[in-house]
Amino acid sequence: MSKELIRLQNLTMEFDGEKVLDGINLYFNDKEFLTLLGPSGCGKTTTLRIIGGFQNPTSGDVLFDGKRINDVPPYERQINTVFQRYALFPHLDVYDNIAFGLKVAKLPKDEIHQRVHEILEVVGLKGYDHRSVDSLSGGQQQRVAIARALVNRPKVLLLDEPLAALDLRLRKDMQNELKRIQQAMGITFIYVTHDQEEALSMSDTVVVMDKGRIQQVGRPEDIYNEPKNAFVADFIGESNILDGIMLADYKVKFFGRTFKCLDAGFAPNEPVDVVIRPEDIDFVPPEEGHLVGTVTSVTFKGLNYDIIVDFKGFKWLIQTTDFQGVGSTVGIRLNPEDIHIMHKSAYSGLFGDYSSYSAEYDELTEDAADEEE
Amino acid sequence: MKKNKSLLLSAPYILWMLLFTLIPLGVMGYYAFTDPDTGRFTFSNITDLSAYLPTLGISAWYSLLSAVICLILGYPVAYFIAHRKPVTQKILYMLVMLPMCMSFLLRTLAWVGILETNGILNNLLGLVGIGPVEMIGTSGAVILGMVYNYLPYMILPLYAIIVKIDGRLIEAAEDLGCNSRQVFTRVVFPLSMPGIISGLTMVFVPAVSTFYISQKLGGAETMLIGDVIEKQFKTSHNPNLGAALSLLLMLLVLGCTNMMSRFGGDEDGEGGVVV
Repeated sequence: MSKELIRLQNLTMEFDGEKVLDGINLYFNDKEFLTLLGPSGCGKTTTLRIIGGFQNPTSGDVLFDGKRINDVPPYERQINTVFQRYALFPHLDVYDNIAFGLKVAKLPKDEIHQRVHEILEVVGLKGYDHRSVDSLSGGQQQRVAIARALVNRPKVLLLDEPLAALDLRLRKDMQNELKRIQQAMGITFIYVTHDQEEALSMSDTVVVMDKGRIQQVGRPEDIYNEPKNAFVADFIGESNILDGIMLADYKVKFFGRTFKCLDAGFAPNEPVDVVIRPEDIDFVPPEEGHLVGTVTSVTFKGLNYDIIVDFKGFKWLIQTTDFQGVGSTVGIRLNPEDIHIMHKSAYSGLFGDYSSYSAEYDELTEDAADEEE
Repeated sequence: MKKNKSLLLSAPYILWMLLFTLIPLGVMGYYAFTDPDTGRFTFSNITDLSAYLPTLGISAWYSLLSAVICLILGYPVAYFIAHRKPVTQKILYMLVMLPMCMSFLLRTLAWVGILETNGILNNLLGLVGIGPVEMIGTSGAVILGMVYNYLPYMILPLYAIIVKIDGRLIEAAEDLGCNSRQVFTRVVFPLSMPGIISGLTMVFVPAVSTFYISQKLGGAETMLIGDVIEKQFKTSHNPNLGAALSLLLMLLVLGCTNMMSRFGGDEDGEGGVVV
């Protein structure tokens, strides 16, 4: 894409003997929109705070433009941050909040004036100069926080769950807005979120993290289509994950049947995790199906039905617009492109079984992630 | 029904205010405008006040000075406490409060023993061949007494405000290019303003009306407005003039607090002036 700007080398972070980051190696390209994605406690915010200079890693280095910046204090880094829940200065109005960094840098008054007004226009808050920040809505405060960081023309903007406090519709609007601003200003954005949809729709690169480790780095499409392990497959979207055996290249066996697939390069007879996305599965009459099962639950989701089907005691989630009643017998066919094979990992067996499926699964995981500090 | 209930609950307080605040105020007003001999309406008590304006000025000056010294001494202490671990904060908070558990009179009297010409401090100085230094009976001793007695009233409101300053605001300031000195001048100090106003007021108000501190620690020449008022009632037997002086002092205090809270400009009233 373009040249490398920041590199994290073997970062480790411990709090009271507990490892929060465990050997993080990562680089960030100039003008890239990169998202650190993961559940609460995965270390994504800590990583961001280390880049911002608010925390010192226990070991490992942070390089900026090839120079080590571990000991450079935050105020000397060409990096600005949009904080979770904004952290606007309550004693200053909108104008003075945005002008804060420029005044500290002792820029001439008319330049400050001009730059603040430029950025107010960019974030769509023209004419709000002398409003008190307390009188603004959440979305407007968010825009002020973004403007306050961007007005300093940093090389890198760090965003720590900036949209978490907004309602759904506003969040969607702001996602588009952020992407537009990032492209218009040509700045590297490092974005932290637990919302996989947000990550997929905004980013050039997604970094999936869990338990202080990087699980996968890649373009959104690759992360979704080619998850590296059961954790990624489950965290990004929904996945049915089954035990299988890779008989040979392009040949996998599960549920006592051999299927064709598109994956190769595994050892002969290697035990593997087989991922089948719920939206890739189509119903066929039972007699034509590769597999036959019984519908145990149907939930209407608006766009589709979430249907749970019991195949020999293993429950799959199938997302389809094709209604099937509870108790009916259905068949499914799996095409080679519907099947994705992964090496076994520490996460094998932990995810991808919908036996305990509840219609609230989305809300539940989101609530849990919201608790992150 | 509901209204009656709340009236009933507030009745003791209203009665208390009536008996011990409003009626005495009325009595004071009455005295201030009547002649001590004839009991007739007169302005002479008010016109006599002009003679005491210098005393009032000195009292206000000493109290202001004490309040500012308390701020200078108290701010770092409050800041220090607010940045400790919660448990340590509680202990330090108690230590600041501790002197307030002892009698104000005793504490002031103890300073007499320390500052006297043959007191503790001069004895110590004598050991290294200095003195005796005349400390008791000076205006410095009076200000020392005020600062000593009212310092907790500065530290506590300051602490309450500083401890509530959001750590993320400090990080935001650092992020926007502030070194630690600039973080203080641009964010922490402006945000502690309500505590500063409140602390200054809470030191100034009791200090300006004190008479005990100046009697014990000040000499004959450091006569404060509180002493003058006390004298009118106890030795000069001129309660009418005393009442007029009290009214004047009240006006001064009200004027000052009003000005301070306006200066604070704090709309949400958080940590505002508590008098």
